[in-house]
Amino acid sequence: MNSLLKRKTRGDMWFDTINYVLLTIVMLLVLYPLYFVLNASFSDPDLIYSGEVWLFPKGFTLDGYERIFSDAAIWTGYANSIVYAVVGTVIGVAITVFAAYPLARKDLFGKSFIMWFLLVTMFFSGGLIPTYLLIKDLHMLNTIWALVLPGAGGVFNVIIVRTFFQSSIPDEMWEAASIDGCSNTRFFWSIVMPLSKSIIAVMVLYHVVGFWNGFFDALIYLNDEHKYPLQLVLRNILVQNQVSTGMMADVESYAAKMRVTELIKYGVIIVASVPLLVLYPFLQKYFVKGVMIGSIKG
Amino acid sequence: MASRDAAVNPVHVRTNRRLWTRIKRDYELYLFLLPIIVVYLLFKYYPMYGIQIAFKDFSASRGIWGSEWVGFKHFVDFFNDYNFWPIIKNTVILSFSSLVFSFPVPIIIAIMLNQMLAKRYKKFVQTVIYAPHFISTVVLVGMLNVFLSPNSGIVNHVISWFGGEPILFMADEGWFRPLYILSGIWQETGFATIIYLASLAGINPELHEAAVMDGASKWKRVWNVDIPGILPTIVILLILALGNMMSIGFEKAFLMQSDLNYATSNIIPTYVYEMGIQKAQYSFSTAVGLFNSLINIILIFTVNRIARKLTETSLW
Repeated sequence: MNSLLKRKTRGDMWFDTINYVLLTIVMLLVLYPLYFVLNASFSDPDLIYSGEVWLFPKGFTLDGYERIFSDAAIWTGYANSIVYAVVGTVIGVAITVFAAYPLARKDLFGKSFIMWFLLVTMFFSGGLIPTYLLIKDLHMLNTIWALVLPGAGGVFNVIIVRTFFQSSIPDEMWEAASIDGCSNTRFFWSIVMPLSKSIIAVMVLYHVVGFWNGFFDALIYLNDEHKYPLQLVLRNILVQNQVSTGMMADVESYAAKMRVTELIKYGVIIVASVPLLVLYPFLQKYFVKGVMIGSIKG
Repeated sequence: MASRDAAVNPVHVRTNRRLWTRIKRDYELYLFLLPIIVVYLLFKYYPMYGIQIAFKDFSASRGIWGSEWVGFKHFVDFFNDYNFWPIIKNTVILSFSSLVFSFPVPIIIAIMLNQMLAKRYKKFVQTVIYAPHFISTVVLVGMLNVFLSPNSGIVNHVISWFGGEPILFMADEGWFRPLYILSGIWQETGFATIIYLASLAGINPELHEAAVMDGASKWKRVWNVDIPGILPTIVILLILALGNMMSIGFEKAFLMQSDLNYATSNIIPTYVYEMGIQKAQYSFSTAVGLFNSLINIILIFTVNRIARKLTETSLW
């Protein structure tokens, strides 16, 4: 029967050919900008300026990277982002997984009430200013807590983990364990957790990417430059064109400054993306998994 | 009331007692839930109490509760604001055109990918097109800036080679929406195909086999097997997208915004930020934000109701 599906008419041959060509074009349209940034970051800024860099780096140079690595703000931003991502991920994943397990249990009294308690916030929230005033009153402005606590335990993540528990930890397991006198906590640690490594990986990666890429909370709650995460440092360089003077100390003319700025921009895009690039094989696998589990309920 | 009933009715006594033993038996599970409940009460529910400043003249010294009530003053101010209609128009046009142009693309790409028989190449294409999803908004807008730069950007190099004049993309209010939408398609299309690919994989292969037996070409099978097969998924995602239409993201519009494209890039969320955080008009900004969330709620419930009537698929 399967061979039947492989039988092709002349029209099907055309269909396949066009399909491959179009998808290849789509793939190149997505890939080329990324590839170009990489190329340009190693190229002579004068040649980028005159439009001579296309497929390979021209006038190979590490000048951009040397300038970037000599800049204290980038290093501080990098370090801050790592701290925020690690702390935020630990707290966020812990709260999410702990909340999702009871909510996945059929026999928990008050389960649907708690579910509603969480879901309401998807439709209605206090909004920007009331939340800002709260953070201010709690003296959390300019602290890591303003970034990691308010968003911890997001509803979507709780639902994804809950769906995973519901579909992969059968009720009978708990029933059997509890008859043998196993407590909820022990069951959670010695049965549920070992079976849930993949969903925890999904959650960890969701959180890491979220914190690494996030910038809105930092924009609102942090005003001390030494606490800026990488994305805020990047914003100054990439969007507001403010390259720190230290990176440019030896550049004389205005025109040369403009060109070096462009080179630095290409370089910081790469520098900022390296951690995600390293993680990409895992990201792809587990993000896809997360979407699949989420779509069962969604 | 309940306790008196329980006292006279032995069945209730038993169920109450059983309920109590259940809660006692599961006390650890409630402890598991404690952190999330605390976080939500503090960071999600308490700010709802702060919404009252939309109806007050907030003064920091007097606090949320002590500030003076002014009724709908800030809402009236907003409706009479010369920015009101432009902002509403900008928000509606941006979100609606985003939806119209972005929504069909992943469906088409997913169907094409699904027809691809070379497993390895298909995997490679997927790996490439998922990647932009993981790029931060700051980096995305940074890439727009360098690519579209009038004198050094690659796009303007191409334009000049074809004899055109360089275009000041990022500084042109007419280009804000197309750039916003196109960059969104570039970034999210690949990742959005995942859900359609899963749905396509769920189509019964016998349907395809039967169609081949009847001499249907690939093209015909796409129209008569694939598309009807994923229609429920399309409808659900469309409902979701329509419901969320007015809760358009802040980050990208904010990062792309400048004085030069303000006329089209000024949308409700950026205005809430501008008035609230930058200009410290707390009450007015809260009123604008509340107005936006009310529209969102109405939109979600209306869309869901219509969807339930028309298609028997709904979110709840």
